[in-house]
Amino acid sequence: MNITLKVWRQKGPNSVGAMETHQMSDVSGDMSFLEMMDVLNSNLIREGNQPFAFDHDCREGICGSCSMFINGEAHGPGRNVTTCQLHMRSFKDGETIHVEPWRSSAFPIIKDLTVDRSSFDRVIQAGGYVSVNTSGATQDANAIPIPKQDADDAFDAATCIGCGACVATCKNSSAMLFVAAKVSQLSLLPQGKPESKERVIRMVDQMDLEGFGNCTNTGACEVECPKGISITNIARMNREFMSSNLTTK
Amino acid sequence: MLDSKIPEGPLAEKWSKYKDNIRLVNPANKRLIDIIVVGTGLAGSSAAASLAEMGYNVKSLCFQDSPRRAHSIAAQGGINASKNYQNDGDSVHRLFYDTVKGGDYRSREANVHRLAEVSGSIIDQCVAQGVPFAREYGGLLDNRSFGGVQVSRTFYAKGQTGQQLLLGAYSALSRQISKGKVEMLNRHEMMEVVIVDGKARGIIARNLITGEIERHSAHAVVLCTGGYGNAFYLSTNAMGSNASAAWRAHKKGSLFANPCFTQIHPTCIPVSGHYQSKLTLMSESLRNDGRIWVPKNMKDVEAIRKGTMRPVELKEEDRDYYLERRYPAFGNLVPRDVASRAAKERCDAGYGINKTGHAVYLDFASAFERYGKTAALTQGVNNPSHETIVELGREVIKSKYGNLFDMYKQITDDNPYETPMMIYPAVHYTMGGLWVDYNLMTTIPGLYAAGEANFSDHGANRLGASALMQGLADGYFVLPYTIGDYLADDIRTGKISTDSPEFDAAEKQVKDELAQFINNNGDTPVDDFHRRLGLIMWNKCGMARNEKHLKEAITEIQELRKEFHANVRVPGALNEFNPELEKASRLADFLELGEAMCLDALERAESCGGHFREESQTPDGEALRDDENYTFVSAWEYTGNPSEAKLHKEDLVYDNIELKQRSYK
Repeated sequence: MNITLKVWRQKGPNSVGAMETHQMSDVSGDMSFLEMMDVLNSNLIREGNQPFAFDHDCREGICGSCSMFINGEAHGPGRNVTTCQLHMRSFKDGETIHVEPWRSSAFPIIKDLTVDRSSFDRVIQAGGYVSVNTSGATQDANAIPIPKQDADDAFDAATCIGCGACVATCKNSSAMLFVAAKVSQLSLLPQGKPESKERVIRMVDQMDLEGFGNCTNTGACEVECPKGISITNIARMNREFMSSNLTTK
Repeated sequence: MLDSKIPEGPLAEKWSKYKDNIRLVNPANKRLIDIIVVGTGLAGSSAAASLAEMGYNVKSLCFQDSPRRAHSIAAQGGINASKNYQNDGDSVHRLFYDTVKGGDYRSREANVHRLAEVSGSIIDQCVAQGVPFAREYGGLLDNRSFGGVQVSRTFYAKGQTGQQLLLGAYSALSRQISKGKVEMLNRHEMMEVVIVDGKARGIIARNLITGEIERHSAHAVVLCTGGYGNAFYLSTNAMGSNASAAWRAHKKGSLFANPCFTQIHPTCIPVSGHYQSKLTLMSESLRNDGRIWVPKNMKDVEAIRKGTMRPVELKEEDRDYYLERRYPAFGNLVPRDVASRAAKERCDAGYGINKTGHAVYLDFASAFERYGKTAALTQGVNNPSHETIVELGREVIKSKYGNLFDMYKQITDDNPYETPMMIYPAVHYTMGGLWVDYNLMTTIPGLYAAGEANFSDHGANRLGASALMQGLADGYFVLPYTIGDYLADDIRTGKISTDSPEFDAAEKQVKDELAQFINNNGDTPVDDFHRRLGLIMWNKCGMARNEKHLKEAITEIQELRKEFHANVRVPGALNEFNPELEKASRLADFLELGEAMCLDALERAESCGGHFREESQTPDGEALRDDENYTFVSAWEYTGNPSEAKLHKEDLVYDNIELKQRSYK
């Protein structure tokens, strides 16, 4: 395949960026999108030019590092995939592909396609945990049976990889899906219940502080989430948030 | 010189007695002590969280943009614990025994027993943290089986167990960060360990965003930096996984143990092209339900390769379920080294079923039927048709391994619910690593290594679902105790200054090395050299090794190393975000470590576990150990050049287990 790439180039957080055009030939359909980017970068280096900086690590769709906005969609075309799992067979010969970074003021650009998502870490630090010491001196793992449905729902929420596609997709740059996934996981499990009221308030406060927008229920985040996290979780978080605000002192 | 510091007393009491008598640091004094933890995988996150919770001041570093992205996140299948919830006769002793046997009798009894002892606490701890393990309808925890054992002791969360455990440890870490007890440095890479008066007293790190070289001091440094599988370029490791922290420590005096002990995992998606950047694992848990085969007859192999026959069309009697044939007792659940070699044997004999000849089938058809029948009965479907049974069976398989099947389809464009998966072995894990004593301390006082970065628990072959167990055991339950014994001497030391000649020298060395890359007038990108190193390693120090190939490999690596330093081109500048510079610096270390791996493989003229020397095999092609001459840990000392490393031997003593030729027949 022959492909025309238009890739975002930006030297640093405060530089002006622009799209840069590159032609790619002999692209195999079995290549992953990032392998195609590797080839582009190798070519650029050989020619004495600068490669594009982008985040990537596991290349198996689980670490959440990769984060490209491809042809106007987070992680490109296809559902339930990350950029690293996207393959070039999803594109047509002769196609022009636009590659941009996540765009959100809560995710400032570091360089080219690389953004700073540490705001997500700070939201988790605000309460995305169970306050238990790591002594091992807890009760036996089977002491509290958990209904399979609750465990499965908690697991589904917990599969969030923290990539930020929801934020990049949302017209409000809302992080509600990300925050709701963690709130849901812990509020569905008996171990997370005791702190659930304080947790949701603290995490939502931090989310606002980081500059993420609010949710207007367009559902776009759910569509683009590579792990298929459901917006039911947002509804659950809203319910938790409302009742916590009404019942905490 | 090598003192493993294994406590006296009966095996089962060593750890508890030792813990009771170990020196403690009182809470007020812990506040005066700084610890640096490098890496935030299972071992690093759990260690940093636990040490901070105990009261120490912890600095934690990761090269990724968030601690949650460390490659433990990609572990799929599960975590072992001897809970015996399934009532199949499991016990601490049995887990200990299986792990020592699985490691082909090349690990330390006392370390492995301790691991088995704390395994149950790991599950308790994780459940308390809100890790959503798989459960049965009664609400209790579910288990599955893994290779090399005859009980069900593996806890899991679909095919994302590593993710859930790491997010658990990350949440514990986040809690300590929020309390100010851990200072978290994302996008920071350790470049050098700093040794003052013979003790590890800090590190030099590079801020990967600004390129700034930073000094960090501490009373102890803990390396939880994972394994070195990326020496092979293609592996199941993450792109950023590297050996630099461990290798730099080695060059500063830490002995490196058993570097040739690498694990080739039997079930990975085969290589598809020269542009390939990494390989993807299909969890070992799939061997619970998948059957591995190649055609019996060469004409069928050829028909399948040509595409004139589909694998599902081949009759049962024309299939060679070679693992079931060769190893009736364990069948498809033999340990990884055995399964990998058996696949290689069939493919070398010409029976590989894809274009490259390097693939075998992993087939779920019989599992669809087996589960489908049970599902039809429990759901009250009367006289179900074959189609209905298969459909119901697929649903069950989907609930167990759905994400793995999706991942396979995404990568290969083949639907594994309709046609068997194609798989081939790939580099996955490294059992070797920094030599540590029972306290997990390396041969540099105050420098510790935990998780995959150390060598201690898996011998010559790691059993499935044991890496997660070891990472969390080291970080939650071992290191937090043992490090106190060392730090008890440091309560009056006071803050370590970074303004010292030792820090000056280490910083200068790092700056000089990095500047050389930037100022080099080469023309070849880093990846080209890395691919070439990978090919040498895979072809000559991979699944089968011999003296001739290893000697060739050593020479080829030495030449490649020279060429790399002369011809590599690293674009950009020192003081900026520069991923190519990071890669160059890591590859420079792999190019030395690769030689150390070959040297170790050459020196160990026996086969054991994942280390298969063609000169040492039984008549039927199984690994043949040489206990008389090789029942020891090879611990290498750096003397200025990887080729001139000096070998030290730690004899392995087995008081509780009889050494036997491993048999899974």
